[in-house]
Amino acid sequence: MTLTEKILAAHTDKETVSPGEFVNVRVDLVLANDVTAPIAIREFQKIGLKRVFDPKKIVMVPDHFTPCKDIASAEQVKLMREFAREQGIIYFEVGRVGIEHVLLPEQGLVLPGDVVIGADSHTCTYGALGAFATGVGSTDVAAAMATGDIWMKVPPAIKLVYHGSLGEWVMGKDLILHTIGDIGVDGALYSAMEFCGEAIDALSIEGRFTMANMAIEAGAKAGIFRVDNRTQLYIKPRAKRPYRVYEPDNGAGYAKVIEYDVATIEPQVSLPHSPANVKPVSQVGNIEIDQVVIGSCTNGRIEDLQVAAQLLKGRKIHDRVRCIIIPGSQEVYLDALTRGLFEVFVKAGAAVSVPTCGPCLGGHMGVLAAGERCVSTTNRNFVGRMGHPESEVYLASPAVAAASAILGKVAHPDEVTG
Amino acid sequence: MHRGKVHKYGADVNTDVIIPARYLNVSQPEELARHCMEDLDKDFVKKVEPGDIIVATTNFGCGSSREHAPLAIKAAGVFCVIAETFARIFFRNAINIGLPLLECAEAVANTESGDELEIDLAGGKIKNLTRNLEFTAQPYPPFMSELIASGGLIGYTRKRLESRRV
Ligand code: SF4
Repeated sequence: MTLTEKILAAHTDKETVSPGEFVNVRVDLVLANDVTAPIAIREFQKIGLKRVFDPKKIVMVPDHFTPCKDIASAEQVKLMREFAREQGIIYFEVGRVGIEHVLLPEQGLVLPGDVVIGADSHTCTYGALGAFATGVGSTDVAAAMATGDIWMKVPPAIKLVYHGSLGEWVMGKDLILHTIGDIGVDGALYSAMEFCGEAIDALSIEGRFTMANMAIEAGAKAGIFRVDNRTQLYIKPRAKRPYRVYEPDNGAGYAKVIEYDVATIEPQVSLPHSPANVKPVSQVGNIEIDQVVIGSCTNGRIEDLQVAAQLLKGRKIHDRVRCIIIPGSQEVYLDALTRGLFEVFVKAGAAVSVPTCGPCLGGHMGVLAAGERCVSTTNRNFVGRMGHPESEVYLASPAVAAASAILGKVAHPDEVTG
Repeated sequence: MHRGKVHKYGADVNTDVIIPARYLNVSQPEELARHCMEDLDKDFVKKVEPGDIIVATTNFGCGSSREHAPLAIKAAGVFCVIAETFARIFFRNAINIGLPLLECAEAVANTESGDELEIDLAGGKIKNLTRNLEFTAQPYPPFMSELIASGGLIGYTRKRLESRRV
């Protein structure tokens, strides 16, 4: 069996599972946020149960519009907060909260071998830790809160092998953008992407989170990595319960194997309005920008901020550009603060925010006007994603984003340092 | 049998254009329906009539997991969506809330906006009355038919819990 099939089988009453089969899968963690929880709670109440199956396996994270941007969002969060309190569900308040997919792994809530479902499409991020994690809808969450399991169709797996070693300024973001550019936004539809190869072995945990995060942008059900020493180093101090590491069988059947030589991959950019509209930065041409956002569940971790700081140190944000930097969680925030990164950012002329999804989904903290262009380390550049339907989003790594902020146009980091 | 008028779109219609995030600070279906498809087709809410049908090519509903997307479509009065393929979270969300989806590449290729379709959901039959053509959609696997017959996931879950209790 593939890694995906191994984990799923272990969460059913079956010995083995195979692609296409419908199974009921027991879940280790159920997630919802301030956008999706209100519907989940309403649907849960329709089932007619008083209590959720296990409040310690459910987590609700107010991260999209918080600190609340208006009365309507405050009402949604209030509904969720009160339900969480009444049920004893794990809940993080502003001041402790972070973007869900940065926060949950940090808190040791997601561990290798887990099955995690979340009413958020980027739940697939946790595959970085060797968990099977997938985005579902609010009604799925409602049913799982009642029963502790969920219906799933076992996905076929695509094996993606990354050979060679990464060039300077090339990050996990560039690997995943390159991959999506290659296979397309439905290139892994209904499938699980299993990432491996020596470039992956050498990749930081942050880089793996970034890659797993964007598996959904290729239509995948999950993106998953094998557990190695790096994973163990990350997990050990955080885990509060036992976990199991699964390995794919040697003869596991993959629907497809795709191989890349990463030495030939330079920093990448996704042009509007599709994550698959990818080009190497050097081929993008002269594109002047108005805003840069560095943050989100894709690239709001400490390595991301360190890379940005490396470029911004002693330099200034371009006159025309608003650069907004958003640590993904309070842990990242404190880490960045103690390392002196905020001083670098503020001296460069950037705005630093508390953890929030904010501009990533056009919520608040940097919404775009008509005709404006933004280089963003987030994961989607759909029409209207960050604001006005006539605004444009260019997806890139924190290195490209920081370089672009300095030069006022989509730029390669070498143009700043060279 | 159901009859309705077609609104046709292309590939990769994502949930951000079906219901933009700026309207996600509320979750009432009727509120959401007022902005359905806004960033793709400004006039959709003006044109759509109860019972109409959305037809699209590949990967319909890709992007965010927001159930607000199928909720908005359903509350706008759309009877069902026909596409070549659907994004997987959208697919489960729609089935879970009782918005019928049909996968049928031939029907999509031979249907344009404004055409009138006749749909037999149980048999997966799609008739294009304007062009006098008939198609059969992919049948649902048995598990999913059961889910649909229970009126969606909430009804199905209620039944499961009841059978556990006895
Ligand atoms: S940061 Fe963006 S993509 Fe990530 S959970 Fe928040 S809104 Fe979704």
